[in-house]
Amino acid sequence: MPDRVSIRIDGELIHAKLGQTILEAASATGKFIPSLCHLKGLKPVGACRLCLVEVAGVGRLLPSCTTPVQDGMAVTTRSERLDHYRRMILELIFAERNHICAVCVSNNHCELQALAKRLGVTHVRFPYSYPKAPVDATHRQFVLDQNRCILCTRCVRVCAEVEGAHVWDVGGRGVGSRLVCELNRNWAESRSCTSCGKCVQSCPTGALAAKGYAAEEMVKRAETISRLVEAKGARA
Amino acid sequence: MGQTIRIHHVTRIEGHARIDIHLDEAGKVRSTQFHVTQVRGFEKFTEGRPYYEMPAITARICGICPVSHLLASAKACDAVMAVQIPEAARLLRELLHCAQFVQSHALSFFYLSAPDLLLGFDSDPAARNVLGLIEKHPEAARDGIALRRFGQQTIERLAGERVHPAWVVPGGVNKAMSVDTRDLILSDLPLAHSIIRRTLRLFKSMLDQFPAESEVFGNMPTLHAGLVDADGRLQIYDGMVRFIDSAGKTAGRITRPREYAKWIGEAAMPDSYLKAPYFKPLGYPEGIYRVGPLARLNVAESCGTSDADRELLEYRQRLGRVVNGSFFYHYARLIEALYAIERMEELLHLPEILDKHVRAEAGVNSLEGVGIIEAPRGVLIHHYRVNEQGAITGANLIVATGHNNLAINHSVQQVAERFVDGMKLQEGALNRVNAVVRAYDPCLSCSTHAFGKPAYRLRLVGAGGEVIEET
Ligand code: SF4
Ligand code: SF4
Ligand code: FES
Repeated sequence: MPDRVSIRIDGELIHAKLGQTILEAASATGKFIPSLCHLKGLKPVGACRLCLVEVAGVGRLLPSCTTPVQDGMAVTTRSERLDHYRRMILELIFAERNHICAVCVSNNHCELQALAKRLGVTHVRFPYSYPKAPVDATHRQFVLDQNRCILCTRCVRVCAEVEGAHVWDVGGRGVGSRLVCELNRNWAESRSCTSCGKCVQSCPTGALAAKGYAAEEMVKRAETISRLVEAKGARA
Repeated sequence: MGQTIRIHHVTRIEGHARIDIHLDEAGKVRSTQFHVTQVRGFEKFTEGRPYYEMPAITARICGICPVSHLLASAKACDAVMAVQIPEAARLLRELLHCAQFVQSHALSFFYLSAPDLLLGFDSDPAARNVLGLIEKHPEAARDGIALRRFGQQTIERLAGERVHPAWVVPGGVNKAMSVDTRDLILSDLPLAHSIIRRTLRLFKSMLDQFPAESEVFGNMPTLHAGLVDADGRLQIYDGMVRFIDSAGKTAGRITRPREYAKWIGEAAMPDSYLKAPYFKPLGYPEGIYRVGPLARLNVAESCGTSDADRELLEYRQRLGRVVNGSFFYHYARLIEALYAIERMEELLHLPEILDKHVRAEAGVNSLEGVGIIEAPRGVLIHHYRVNEQGAITGANLIVATGHNNLAINHSVQQVAERFVDGMKLQEGALNRVNAVVRAYDPCLSCSTHAFGKPAYRLRLVGAGGEVIEET
């Protein structure tokens, strides 16, 4: 079997490596597909569904972060239908928790906000659910604000896969799902947290932040996580 | 049967309020009530938030003077961190605050009150607004717009954003000022200075036209409270709160912000969301005091800048050492704007203000923090309690309009008694009732910690409780 395949992305012929996902193949050629739960270097989980694409011959939409390329595949990354769903997903994410961007530590440096802007989400058509979500400020250096968590699980994965501590998990069900620290204790009580800060850096929103940062001050560097993983891989 | 006049939506103030005027059988004013009808909530919903988010959150209380809340909140956070902020940060915060004073006072005077003062209390209500002003007094209107713009622009130059700057942070500010920015602001100062001088001249030339207003617009003996430094000079960013009585004698001093509750009690008012703070040693409701421009100039020995001090001297020659008529809030406001402009110049010439070290870093070192500043409308207090992790467990905000609540109530009564006659309801009379509230430049969205646009209502209620007229 050849290790290279040819696929078409939005009509353009692209050579991709076998085993690559559609998202990887697309970004390797500089094509943009919206994504949120995906972070290069972490195992993709297909949680947010923003990276949905159309694949010719397949009736349903497929998440490009988890779908491997196949020879001869024809992928569409932008269409009215896709725009419609992506916007709707973002609106639902906003409606699910309490996102008050103006006072958020991540305002203007937030992946969720940036994506909403880029995809033209100007308002939310769904009623906000205004859940009463807790803030865990017990850790000496970091804060978890569940009001801004989008359950992308990047923190869960970076902690388990890269740091090897596995502090985070998702507990509960459906809209009641919440990020939990170990067996649902306060962050300060965690026995495995090494205070490395990787979860904070990988979090796309203001949900995880370093303490003491005022509104707009939290600038994350998720790409350092990707580079770290790459460097580790090169050494191994 | 008596009647009640109800002013729904007092106009040209920031926030929502209603005034009820109760009449007796003869149609004479029996009593009045100033209600604030918005719902509060900031104290409640900030519970559990990390304290260092408070400046940004509380700045949203008000779109008119967000900088005041930012600063009071940041000072309360400094106290939670138990740090002394770098000198440059202190100076920069004061500079920002001066700009805020200029823009807020310009808004109050030119946009909200000048229509009454320049066009007349009895002039056509349809044209008695800033547009009417532009038509009849284009120079004054232009000046007002330019002065406000100067204040706004300065804030923007310093903080990068006009309405809700994220520049002020716990521990200081998050960016030093560049030489270019300093020079830009300096270059704008002469124009602002000449506008305010011109406006003062104009205002003084009109003073004689308002004998009745001077006399009954909240002309009453009360205490006054304001920030001063150790030498008794006017302060707007930091200092101690001094209380004086209506004759000018010191009644009390809050030297440590944390002890404010020793001096200030807070009574809940049955018909209003606005709390009524009172001077504790005198009790409620005797402990009525005023804050804001009038009170500050009463409390201070001097302004500490040359032109403002000259104006202050003349002001006192005209009106006495302690001015008890609330009509003169306008006059005091203009002198303060002059002070703020002069003070900006002083600050900008200090070499330390360009220092690059502008932020102190620290965690929670005190479980309680109080920040007190002078907002344009008067003393503003932010008081936070936090747990060891820095999450807010309690917050208390006392805003300028709150302090003035009792005084506003009294003033409304005084004006209504003089001008409102239930048998022949005249718009000009009702407008004066509105106007006395405007003299305090109350910000009701702040007071009730909710958002609102300028609105105000008046209601006339008969002796039997029936509503005769609503506006
Ligand atoms: S996390 Fe992002 S989207 Fe949510 S409030 Fe903060 S800036 Fe806004
Ligand atoms: S805390 Fe941040 S990284 Fe973790 S699941 Fe929530 S949004 Fe994602
Ligand atoms: S990025 Fe693919 S599902 Fe989230």
